[in-house]
Amino acid sequence: MKYPEELQYTKSHEWIKTEDGVTLVGISDYAQDALGDVVFVNLPGEGDEVTAGEAFGDVESVKAVSDLISPVTGVVCAVNEDLLDAPELLNSDPYGAWIMKVENVTETEALLDAGSYEAFCAED
Amino acid sequence: MGSYVPATPAEQQEMLGAIGLQHFRELYRDVPEEMYLHRPLDIPPGMSELEVSRSLQAMAEKNKVFSTILRGAGAYDHYIPSIVKYIPAKEEFLTAYTPYQAEISQGLLQSIFEYQTMICQLTGMDVSNASVYDGATAAAEAAAMCRDRKRRVTLVSAAAHPDTINTIATYCYGTGDEMRLVPAKDGKTDLDALRQLLTGDVASLYLQQPNFFGQFEDAQAASQLVHEAGAMVILGCNPIALAITKTPRALGADVAVGEGQPLGLPLGYGGPYLGYMATTSKHMRKLPGRIVGQTLDKNGKTAYVLSLQAREQHIRREKASSNICSNEALCALTASVYLAAMGPQGLAEVARQSMAKAHYLAKGLCAIDGVTLRYTGPFFHEFLTDLPRLDQVLAALEQAGILGGLPVDGGILWCATEKATKAAMDQAIAIVKEVLAQ
Amino acid sequence: MKLLFEKSVPGRRCTILPPCDVEAVELPEGLARAETPALPELCETDISRHYSQLCRQVHGVNCGFYPLGSCTMKYNPRIDEEMAALPGFTNIHPLAPKHTVQGCQAVLDTAKAYLCEITGMADMTFQPAAGAHGEFTGVLLIKQYHEARGDHRRTKIIVPDSAHGTNPATAAMCGYQVVNIPSAQDGCVDLDALKAVLGPDTAGLMLTNPNTVGIFDENILEITRLVHEAGGLCYYDGANLNAVMGVVRPGDMGFDCIHLNLHKTFATPHGGGGPGAGAVGCKDFLIPYLPKSVTQDGPGSKQVRSFTGNFLVVVWALAYLMTLGRGGIPEAARNAVLNANYLMEKIKGTFSPAFDRICMHEFVLDLSAFKKETGVSALDVAKSLIDYGMHPPTMYFPLIVHEALMLEPTETESRETLDWAAEVFRKLYDLAHTDPDWMHGAPHNTQIGRPDEVRAARNPVLRYTP
Repeated sequence: MKYPEELQYTKSHEWIKTEDGVTLVGISDYAQDALGDVVFVNLPGEGDEVTAGEAFGDVESVKAVSDLISPVTGVVCAVNEDLLDAPELLNSDPYGAWIMKVENVTETEALLDAGSYEAFCAED
Repeated sequence: MGSYVPATPAEQQEMLGAIGLQHFRELYRDVPEEMYLHRPLDIPPGMSELEVSRSLQAMAEKNKVFSTILRGAGAYDHYIPSIVKYIPAKEEFLTAYTPYQAEISQGLLQSIFEYQTMICQLTGMDVSNASVYDGATAAAEAAAMCRDRKRRVTLVSAAAHPDTINTIATYCYGTGDEMRLVPAKDGKTDLDALRQLLTGDVASLYLQQPNFFGQFEDAQAASQLVHEAGAMVILGCNPIALAITKTPRALGADVAVGEGQPLGLPLGYGGPYLGYMATTSKHMRKLPGRIVGQTLDKNGKTAYVLSLQAREQHIRREKASSNICSNEALCALTASVYLAAMGPQGLAEVARQSMAKAHYLAKGLCAIDGVTLRYTGPFFHEFLTDLPRLDQVLAALEQAGILGGLPVDGGILWCATEKATKAAMDQAIAIVKEVLAQ
Repeated sequence: MKLLFEKSVPGRRCTILPPCDVEAVELPEGLARAETPALPELCETDISRHYSQLCRQVHGVNCGFYPLGSCTMKYNPRIDEEMAALPGFTNIHPLAPKHTVQGCQAVLDTAKAYLCEITGMADMTFQPAAGAHGEFTGVLLIKQYHEARGDHRRTKIIVPDSAHGTNPATAAMCGYQVVNIPSAQDGCVDLDALKAVLGPDTAGLMLTNPNTVGIFDENILEITRLVHEAGGLCYYDGANLNAVMGVVRPGDMGFDCIHLNLHKTFATPHGGGGPGAGAVGCKDFLIPYLPKSVTQDGPGSKQVRSFTGNFLVVVWALAYLMTLGRGGIPEAARNAVLNANYLMEKIKGTFSPAFDRICMHEFVLDLSAFKKETGVSALDVAKSLIDYGMHPPTMYFPLIVHEALMLEPTETESRETLDWAAEVFRKLYDLAHTDPDWMHGAPHNTQIGRPDEVRAARNPVLRYTP
């Protein structure tokens, strides 16, 4: 299980990275492993407003569906449309397969660094 | 009298003993005394098979079975080939549950996959579900699948079937969404009025083709208007007419729905019928209900499974867009067998004969003094006439074993299918003429 | 097996219709379709053989044991089917004049009389086409009732976490916010959890009793009293009525409206997924809100589909009701409960019941410890049962039990069948310890092995293309 140092994490297993005022959001290696084979991702729309702590989409496996919880409040400026055709990227490359980019971020959930997140997952 | 319990009283006692009990009441020890039913049910005692058969036959005999049915209005008297009755009655198909266990349900799953393919062929769509309850609920479910966060309003043509309109209205009432009627003009949806009603909050338009009055709508023009306004089009089509008329896809529909009863299902006083639903690949994941997909088994052999289940209520619970669980699987099987038995030529023949006979009937009736067509646009197998003395006309037809058209808006809505013979229609026309001559 | 379309031969056909005896009419310009639909071209032998082949790959309850929990797979009597196929019922137009359909009316009235007495309700509609459709209808009664009284604050429906997925999905379709409450350890309603969420915003509670783990909630009167006290109504999901019909009535438990699954409790066939019939019953004060067809009964009511409902299914159920009658109804319930307890007792030494106590018509096995020990999952056991000619029980439901298998034998199974089933379970228990790989690979004797569901969902192939 990988926990890259340069990312920050939420307790609902999303990772975030901020570059030039834009926040990238994805799901962690731990999350993809727990979900099993991802078969579909419901993405938000560009221009949608997302709210920290609330669902912005969901991921489906064959027999389950899990909400994606936004770590930030802001406006979606891009979604990763590759995931519509290849949802398995979330399994094979969770830290490369970002799900959405958010700008105008006004609020951020409490975040964990890689070490704390790894410890949190170990307890789970 | 019977209860289909194989265990004899002696066996029952032994089985009770095996779990350490003496009396049946002990099985119900969690049921509080004050609620336990201490009296027998106030219903008749059980009956033997012969008695049940006699009682229900006596009830059936209280109905009048008409030898000719010239009434449609949502339920159509088509000929049902013999094989269509026998195949769905096979116990394996009849008494199986939903095929969740794919390994012992391949026959059922394959038959549903075949049904989905046939519906796609009729409608020109990419994806069909495994059925919903009937044409009216298919329309209501389609309206729900077209809504998004910003667009919530459903427009419905006033020329659609009244039961469908009221069902959509009820489903909208449930979710608290608005339904607005698009008025009809000359028996068809008024496109000028539609243009006015296409505001930014409109999610979809429901249009019926041919409509409740039998008239062909200008569906292509309506679709164009709706799409220009950024909304979606739901077309409710008679599946028999689809053998010869433009597909919903070609007419611009995003979702094709309809009442599948004409495809080999008996009138049955209203059910069970069959709602079909199909859409384009783009909206595949919004389609409610079960869908069968083709895949491979672990040895690489072709296999069929219930697929895309994460859309459904048993996984998505309160976030599912529909609560549908049981559908009309056996009716879908019936429709498949019907379509296979008719084949492309046979189905087109049913459509052409129904249309020809309805036009023959219309011509004959309108040759009578006092009978006129209310709407003059092209029609399929239903038409509305104005005529005096409706009640007497229908009573006289009934005397002759003919179920005349349905009284609608002060006129009579007639229907003819391939089952209406020339002789029977001539007789009906003569009776109408005689009553009106009095 | 080849698809119908792959068997198609151009020009082959059945001879069904005579030539048209009136003049042909051309479709107006612009209306004709470009291409004929690519339906298969077959003769009757092809069709007959095709479906005979297919049906050999289907297991129905009339073919063998089918202990599918919460689905009440009881034997479907053939006389009932014969009655539903009488031409005096099948050939009746739903909009035929009332005086010509007195027989249909008699069927509906008689079935209503039986079912109202069995459930303790005042009236009933047969319009809903299935259980979930009945739930929708029933919760709409609750919604209309509150609105008619001008009580618009009631925005929440309470659903226990052990409920079927249809319950929360239904509440959402009726515009309600769903409040999930945790169940007590035995799957019964946790009274404190219920009290904590009841209030002036409570529209109602949806509950099934016996509950989804097969236990009768002995606090039921207290539960319905608490909901009523808060101003809410109580909805009874009739999924599990088979355990208690003729023994205790939902109306006497304090429920205001209910749905029945005629295709479970009253022996009409499931048809591979439908048609069902979800009759909805209610107490006096909800009668004005029952749905009606606008073309059959005139405007002014809500309606949930066209016409009367699945009428022929009601005929089927009535034949069953008439056969059982006063004595047979409770006898069926008692034996459903007896069979479940007998089978649980026989399996007990091997697989562990989730709740080791008297159950109602079904019971849940908890295989989590067994899986830890052997590596064999509930899924593996279910798939292995197929090789022994048994339909698997319901798997992984209810969600509150891990590695759950839920068995409902129903009253129509004999003691020999139950003894045999218990023997198969014992064999599999041993096999899990000696040859777990065989079970991981099961089923072995079916037309296909376990299908690749991930592939099906990622690359959907949903129709045949040449």
